[in-house]
Formats: sequence, C-alpha cells, structure tokens
Amino acid sequence: MKGELKELSLTINGKPYELKVKAMTLLVELLRNELKLTGTKVGCLDSACGACTVNIDGKAVRSCSVLALQANGRKVTTIEGVSDSDKLHPIQQAMIDHGAIECGFCTPGMVMSAKALLAENPNPTRDEIREAIQGNLCADEGYVKYIEAIEIAAKEMRGGK
Amino acid sequence: MIADFEYFAPKTVKEALSLLSQYKEAKIIAGGQSLLVVLKQRLFSPEYLIDIKGISALDYINYEEGKGLRIGALTPHRTIEKSPVIQKYFPVLSEMENNIATIQTRNWGTIGGNICHGDPAGDPAPVFIALKAKLKLASLGGERVIDMQEFSKDYLEVALDPGEMLSEIQIPKPAPHTGTAHDKLMVMKGDMGIIGAAVSIVLDSKGKCEDARIVLSNAASVPLRAGKAEKKLIGKVLNDALLAEAGELASAEADPPADVHGSAEYRREMVKVFVRRAAAKALERARAA
Repeated sequence: MKGELKELSLTINGKPYELKVKAMTLLVELLRNELKLTGTKVGCLDSACGACTVNIDGKAVRSCSVLALQANGRKVTTIEGVSDSDKLHPIQQAMIDHGAIECGFCTPGMVMSAKALLAENPNPTRDEIREAIQGNLCADEGYVKYIEAIEIAAKEMRGGK
Repeated sequence: MIADFEYFAPKTVKEALSLLSQYKEAKIIAGGQSLLVVLKQRLFSPEYLIDIKGISALDYINYEEGKGLRIGALTPHRTIEKSPVIQKYFPVLSEMENNIATIQTRNWGTIGGNICHGDPAGDPAPVFIALKAKLKLASLGGERVIDMQEFSKDYLEVALDPGEMLSEIQIPKPAPHTGTAHDKLMVMKGDMGIIGAAVSIVLDSKGKCEDARIVLSNAASVPLRAGKAEKKLIGKVLNDALLAEAGELASAEADPPADVHGSAEYRREMVKVFVRRAAAKALERARAA
C-alpha cells in the first residue's frame, strides 16, 4: 500500500539496523533526518555536488540519489564510521595536517570518495585521485590540497612505502 | 521531496515480470541515477515502483569468440568501464563509460537503466548502435530481440511494451579491420554531451571502407544515424577530406535542440567537428586492427 512503512534491514557503520521507512525516503534523508547522522552533508540534493557521498558495499555512491530501501541488505559507511573511535582515519588526519579542509562542507564527501578509492587501489596515481574526487565539488576550490592529502594518506596506509 | 509510491523489490526476473504484468502502469527503477532526478522534480510521479536493482542475475559481462559480447541489463557502468574483457575487445565502451557522469553515479547506475531512460543526450545508445547491438527484452510471454536502433522512439520514450523489461545487451563480434570511437563535447568531464558522435568504420582487405556507422547524441529526439554521411564514406579509400565531408553531411542531417548549453546552430557546427574527430580515431583503429 502507498504510504505504508516498509521494512528495511541494513548495516550502517558496522551496526545492524532494523527500520521502517516510507518508500520515497532517500538514503540521505534516512541518515540525516531519522538517524541523525548529520556528518553526511546535503549540497544540491540533485546528484551534482557529491557532498552526500557515502560508501555502499565499499563503493562511493551519492546518498541523495539512492532510495533508502535500495540499501536493504547492504553495508553503508558514512563519515561517522570512518575513524577508529577517537583515532582519526589516516585520510582524515592527512586532510587536517595538510590544510586541505577550508570551510569543511565538502570534506565528508571527499573522505568517502578517497576511502573507496584507496580500498580498491592502495597506490593510486595523481590522475586516479583526481578522477576519484571529480564528483566532489569544493566551493573553496581547494582541490590541490585534497589531492595531496590523499596521496599522503595512501602512503601512510601502505606503511610509509 | 518525492511523492510516495507503492514499492516492490523483486529478487528474480520472473518475479519482476509478474509484478509488471499485474501493475501495468508501474515504473521500473534500476540504479535510479536518471529516474530519481525526474521523481524529485515531480515531472513524473508513479503509483507503483518496481525496484530491479537487487536482481543480481542480470549483472554480468560475458564474451565468447563466436557469440560476441553479452552485458546483463543491471551491470553497473563502472563494471563495464573496468572490465578487462571490454577493455580488450571493445575499448570504445570503456572510454565512453569513463566519460559518463562521475564515479559515484557509475558505481550505482546501470547500463540498462541508462538505455531505458531514453535520453537522446545519453552516450551508451549511440555507441551501441555503432557496434550493431541488439537488445533482449523479456516479458511473461517470452523474449524478443530487437536492434538497439529500433529501441529509441522519441525523447524519453523507448520501445518497451507494457509488461516488458530489458534483460540483456548483445554486441556481435566486429568484422576484421573494424574501428570504433566515441567523442563528445563537454564543458566538464562527465557532462552530458552538448553533442556526441559514435563512429564505426570497417575496412576491406584492400583498405577501402566497406561499412560505416555514424551515430549522434543530442542531435535529435532520438540517437540519430547520419545515413548520408555514412554513404559518403562507404566504398572509398578514406582520407581527411572525406571525413570532413561526412561531418558536413551529418551536420545537415542533425536537428539538434537549443538550450542553455548551446544554440542549434552551434550544435550543428560541433557535429562537424566531433564526427570528423571520432571518424579519424575510428579509422586509425580500423587500420591497426
């Protein structure tokens, strides 16, 4: 029936959830409005800016462009699930140390795109990094520092090699 | 934001087809990378939405020497882009995919969803037509196979009957000495082409053009085959002047839209440029093949 709540079971940041949602709920609406995981940002809500990027089954996806129900049975990681409790993830740490974060609005999306890239390709070329964050717009135009920070994080994650 | 709808998530093709025959006015969603934009803008509000993204049986890429390439309708764009088989035998598909939107969109969006959306500005349809692709359409009554070229009917309209869904894209093994290339005009990488051209050229053993396909995106209400331009090339030993002439003829055949990205006149000029470029690359590949 239209309007009825549908069952949704998924894993978010390693934690299993059994939820009920309206069919038209977008994944980003579920994360931010229902679960209060507001680290994921909404820039355009129109699949243009990449601020809402999360990882679904390890791949970068825009949470404004996926129905919450489409994540049924899948593993979602948001910016809240990236650090190891108090210890920041090397990508986050490199972005801070390298001064990549300006206003910070695009940062969660940048981190999630970088995380998916490095999971698949631990030693990316500069072009591959550029391509991975091509879909993440930064209004401060701080792309170069992001690219450099991701290079530094990749090296750190490879044990300095 | 989106108007509510009744939602179904079948796990098999058969289940999806039963739902489609039961709910005639249902809309299918695959990755939804095009559809959700339309739903958010409320250009369209379906009563029933059948979500086929979870049908994993339609996510595959198979290549056999004799049969050619078979791509399941629910294969994500990114899988096609990165497929070693496609990079080896159909590099044009991988290149075309690399220029579709962004990694996030390609990770979730599917090739079948793109084609069934029927946007004449889309890249896969013209490339598939250049590669002589056929589409397998499934319904409870059985399957039928049609030419990709017959699939596009009008702006956002495709030849799916009620109760039918796309299940597979079939691309024959190209003839010897075939080269195919695609190029499009983008402001930023990943943009919809302001104009796009897919060109396939087959040479005979003496180096003469035996067959040619020139297909344009965003140049009409459907992917447009520039038949006069193709005829200009067939039977000749190709050179730059002939490719430029083909561009001129294709430009005259185009009936492009005018929008914020370019006037119709500008697009017709760009058809000349992009047909010539894609044809030159296709020719180079045909000679090397």
